[in-house]
Amino acid sequence: MKKDYSIWKLLSQGLKNHEGWTPAWRSPEIKSSYDVVIIGAGGHGLATAYYLAKEHGIKNIAVLEKGFLGGGNTARNTTIVRSNYLWDEAAMLYEHSLKLWEGLTEDLNFNVMFSQRGVFNLGHTLQDMRDIERRVNANNLNGIDALALNAQEVKDRIPMINISKNTRFPILGASFQPRGGVARHDAVAWGFARAASNYGVDIIENCEVLGMDIVNGVMKGLQTSKGYIATSKVGCVTAGHSSVMAKAAGIRMPLESHPLQAFVSESLKPILDTVVMSNAVHGYVSQSDKGELVIGAGIDHYLSYAQRGSPHIIEHTAAAIIELFPMFSRVRMNRQWGGIVDTTPDACPIISKTKVKGLYFNCGWGTGGFKATPGSGNVFAHTIANDEPHPLNAAFSLDRFTSGKLIDEHGAAGVAH
Amino acid sequence: MFVMQCPHCCEAREEEEFSYSGEAFVARPSAPETESDENWGDYLFMKRNVKGWHWEMWGHSSGCRKFFVVKRNTANHAIGGAWTLAEARKVYDAEEANA
Repeated sequence: MKKDYSIWKLLSQGLKNHEGWTPAWRSPEIKSSYDVVIIGAGGHGLATAYYLAKEHGIKNIAVLEKGFLGGGNTARNTTIVRSNYLWDEAAMLYEHSLKLWEGLTEDLNFNVMFSQRGVFNLGHTLQDMRDIERRVNANNLNGIDALALNAQEVKDRIPMINISKNTRFPILGASFQPRGGVARHDAVAWGFARAASNYGVDIIENCEVLGMDIVNGVMKGLQTSKGYIATSKVGCVTAGHSSVMAKAAGIRMPLESHPLQAFVSESLKPILDTVVMSNAVHGYVSQSDKGELVIGAGIDHYLSYAQRGSPHIIEHTAAAIIELFPMFSRVRMNRQWGGIVDTTPDACPIISKTKVKGLYFNCGWGTGGFKATPGSGNVFAHTIANDEPHPLNAAFSLDRFTSGKLIDEHGAAGVAH
Repeated sequence: MFVMQCPHCCEAREEEEFSYSGEAFVARPSAPETESDENWGDYLFMKRNVKGWHWEMWGHSSGCRKFFVVKRNTANHAIGGAWTLAEARKVYDAEEANA
């Protein structure tokens, strides 16, 4: 079987009524031991397995998934990709990811529909505009494309946005990252799954990790719902459930799990060809290729593992979106959902070794993990393979909560939490 | 959306009236000057983040503005009870002793 997708394969399958397609990834039986086990087959977990196999030559890898592949936050986000973060450490990590996004479709031979349609972060107060100027300048110094725009320049690019002075929080301007955009979230998980599977990675769905076998602080294996797996290296990439996994390993994490909601409208004709985010009035919106408006809300402030949030958050976000785009006021909403995000005190992720030898955590992405999917997997694979952090994630270790060297990205994280 | 009983007002009110104030019964180290960085970081940042029954503080911010403690199930938002801080401590300690 030729594994690459191509126009010729599409044509030849078209002549055969498309009956010859095979599943994009294998569903193998679980083995009793692996060199590396990744817990969580979301985008980040699958990307980790892919880069472990591709760049570090480790082939005996399993990715365990409690539910189905890409069914957690990978399927529940608003697909925004950008790298305009303030601090050097975060900016470099997200920019590394954005650069991988730019070649990802070709690298995976799977169309992840990465569309660099630009991302606007609106400012509504004088302080917002000062922060935007500062962040744009910091981005430019780090070689990241960013522009500070005034209200009229925003209006020129997005004609139906409301820049009237008679709103509660008038738009004063925005930062704009032209290379930002959106990608097809499911395709990212599927593409990484297929590419990893082609390297021999075993993706095991419906396999829950029940316990960790740790002897004298060294990882020996995992108890799972499909039996015991012996392994000396475990990478935990379980997003909102990271604290549950940490508890199984006897580690405490600086994480709080919150519901983050999003909703999509019925399909409309093309109307919004970019991404608009507003931290101050709290909403973000883009239009999918299917024509739906994809709208993201804020987090519920209480701790929760229920994949749903409170209705008043939706109301708040809908009000914000309508103030930005009054013409959306009669658009009907199609679906609403919540995902569980693991937030850290500094709104930055944890990609780190732990005090258990052979146990690694990649978590704490909070409300903005999707954009980092390839970069996160790339540096986490390096961390696992070498038992040392990649230079880009050295600053994101768990130690920073002891040393106090936090990376405060609340301003650029997009969603207040 | 859930409804909680404020133990000070003795009335059931909707979640929107309240503000979440984090995990309850986090003990501040008694001697901060001599505490190790690890313990201090643990006190400042580390969370139980329980999936299941969770003891947490809420403030009745649109009501009496007093704080109280709620036992809430984070997996399904069921409420196990709400107490004043002093009362909650007794219930919590008794539960911990039995665990």
